Amino acid sequence: MTNLDAIDTFHFDVVIVGAGGAGLRSALELSKSDQQVAVVSKVFPTRSHTVAAQGGINAALGNITEDNWHWHMYDTIKGSDYLGDQDAIEFMCREAIEIVRELEHFGVPFSRTDEGKIYQRPFGGQSRHFGESQATRTCAAADRTGHAILQTLYQQNIHAGTSFFDEYFAIDLVLDDEGNVGGLVVLNIQTGQVQLLRSHVVMIATGGACQLFKTNTNAKINTGDGLGMVLRAGLPLQDMEFWQFHPTGVANKGMLLSEAARGEGGVLRNADGEAFMVKYAPHVKDLASRDVVARAIAIEVKEGRGCGPKKDHVLLDLTHIDAEVIKKRLPGIRDIGLTFLGLDMCDAAIPVYPTAHYMMGGIPTNLKGQVVTLDEVGKPQSVKGLYAVGECACVSVHGANRLGGNSLLDIVVFGRAAAKDIVHNLETKPVDHFDKTLNLSKAAERLNRWAQPQEKNHKTETIAEIRHDLQVAMQVGCGVFRNEESMQSLLKELEVLQDRLDLVRLHDHSNAFNLERLEAFELENLMGLATATVYSALARTESRGAHSRVDFTERDDENWMKHSLYFLENHQLRYKPVTTKPLTVETFPPKARVY
Amino acid sequence: MEFLIDRFNPEVDEKPHVQRFVLEDCDIGGDMMLLGALEKLREQDPTLTFRSSCKEGVCGSDGMNVNGQNRLSCITRVSELTSPVVIKPLPGLPVIKDLVIDMELFYQHYRDVKPYLQPAPKDLDHEILQTPEEREKLDGSYECILCGCCSTSCPSFWWNPDKFHGPAALLAAHRFVVDSRDITTRDRLEALDDPYKTFRCRNIQNCTASCPKGLNPSRAINELKSMMLAKQLD
Repeated sequence: MTNLDAIDTFHFDVVIVGAGGAGLRSALELSKSDQQVAVVSKVFPTRSHTVAAQGGINAALGNITEDNWHWHMYDTIKGSDYLGDQDAIEFMCREAIEIVRELEHFGVPFSRTDEGKIYQRPFGGQSRHFGESQATRTCAAADRTGHAILQTLYQQNIHAGTSFFDEYFAIDLVLDDEGNVGGLVVLNIQTGQVQLLRSHVVMIATGGACQLFKTNTNAKINTGDGLGMVLRAGLPLQDMEFWQFHPTGVANKGMLLSEAARGEGGVLRNADGEAFMVKYAPHVKDLASRDVVARAIAIEVKEGRGCGPKKDHVLLDLTHIDAEVIKKRLPGIRDIGLTFLGLDMCDAAIPVYPTAHYMMGGIPTNLKGQVVTLDEVGKPQSVKGLYAVGECACVSVHGANRLGGNSLLDIVVFGRAAAKDIVHNLETKPVDHFDKTLNLSKAAERLNRWAQPQEKNHKTETIAEIRHDLQVAMQVGCGVFRNEESMQSLLKELEVLQDRLDLVRLHDHSNAFNLERLEAFELENLMGLATATVYSALARTESRGAHSRVDFTERDDENWMKHSLYFLENHQLRYKPVTTKPLTVETFPPKARVY
Repeated sequence: MEFLIDRFNPEVDEKPHVQRFVLEDCDIGGDMMLLGALEKLREQDPTLTFRSSCKEGVCGSDGMNVNGQNRLSCITRVSELTSPVVIKPLPGLPVIKDLVIDMELFYQHYRDVKPYLQPAPKDLDHEILQTPEEREKLDGSYECILCGCCSTSCPSFWWNPDKFHGPAALLAAHRFVVDSRDITTRDRLEALDDPYKTFRCRNIQNCTASCPKGLNPSRAINELKSMMLAKQLD
């Protein structure tokens, strides 16, 4: 057994796992408040997946047309199919205006209006006067908004003197005997050395996990590592049945073609050349919310109106838009068309199909980013010293379906809010000393599991094979549409995959940059998420937002206005109610969702 | 198709050696990118090591030297390469393992140019106004993804990697020098005015030729030089 007692130990006030927008916004606030903060990231920070966000960040600045945070709030609640918590959504939409201006002050190179203000474009699900007309709310830096925000936040962290542990992989949370957080065991990817980072607070900001599905818009690194750690620590994951399929991924490949393409006037067409969205969303057509558009495309293809020799996709048509506008406002996605398809969207329509894009669920938190679990009687209770922000967290502002432009907003708003709460607590409450005894056995167990050698003359299958089979199984069994039968058979398949994974031994046991070992740890995390997803989705006998069941086609507010909480132990599911009371304004009661 | 790839494992090798891999034509689709091919080769030999993340040319992880040219594997089409494909790590920086290089020196230069906006005191009730023309000056500089293809193709950087900032860091410096919101332009130009940091650029243009994002660091460096000159004249 690996002996972790003698490993190098470092001490910090706060350790953040993940260096995307959420982790970096938190780190910046903490560093500027003179807290000792370390950011652990398995890739160099600017390689984080925030870099790939294209279209923009929502804020009711009203730079183009009149706007109001209250309308933004209404749109977000409606977009969430009423599963979003209204207090959190109000908080996010109110903060949006100031936090986007703050990003601009940090140096984000936003595109500009003629008056020199931040440029905004229309996006799906946005309205003025509570559904009356289309709003123009998404602040954009061409179609590289995520890149611009991530680089800027990293730059500001350089200025603030944040400590970075680049290319370190987080193995497991370490808890003391009372279950309180005491730090993190990490693996230096470059050397293979294991280290203990002791800290008063651990913040998980590990982003999304759409590598769970075969076709996805996500970076290779999006494997839900923070969520796996939380499950192993006995804590729940919330609303894992809700995975967003982005309507316009490049067909059969998955790269994202931003909703900005439709915001700037792009139109979806089927094999008959028909702009079919008018049938599904008569008022806003191509700018309906993503779950609605994704289902519409899937239905068009299913009913035989798909394009191409296999009739397996539809077309995103921008050819009627001025080429100069495309080059100025959508240069990145034009590049994607040119690079991956050899097509210039100025002259040719682009094949698209829904692709796994975003995880609405995640680690349950409150408005301060504190991780929440349920006590024995089912009362929400925060976990001391543990925070989660960004896509890996579920606060929940996106409910059953996230609106475009709200994910970049979520990461900076709650990144900052959580950091402020941590600073407040560290400054006002006495903290435990660093010398408490920590339980390192879980981390040691994981490290040892993957240190087992191959038996002589007995090669096992590879991590890559099992990951591939998992991704295909999830896509087939729990994709845009799912039902009891598809998920029951998926569940059996997951058990087989787990058995296969248990037998796998690594071919490579070297220390420096051992990618195979890294992929093994990642696959374990993905397996945990797969199980959480399928158990949560099987239990929810309704269709809501991105969770679209063929066997229960209606939304069931009477029974299902509640959040699912999945615990690893015995695959237990518990529930907590949706918060329908906002902070200062009146509740938006559920109603039929028409676009 | 044949691939000749530099291999180096610090635990057993004294110096890099070349390993020959073969991918059958039927395994190579017409639109396969080099990253996809490398992933297939990893199935043959799971010890083969390279960085990658976004798979679409926006994160900058997978810079490598392919048939003599620095590129990102995820946006390099295999069908456009001649066989054998000779793959080496980006040149001029220490190798950690196989195609993975130690970029610390590269990042140090980036940090040295103070790559962060230093504006006038903030007023969160308003954004700092910037005309579309002022904003346009950032185009061509802010899109850099720090992949390192430019600096590691620059002979001046090879000769003086610890003293010459290199094209990527200088492009970042340019981005903040020309930003109308930054109030430290003069300090920035003074800090760059040095025979090594900036003026080791000999206009070789390898940086611009190798940038996978189509940026022009060479032009940015020339602009910096002109601005320094103008500053001396006033």
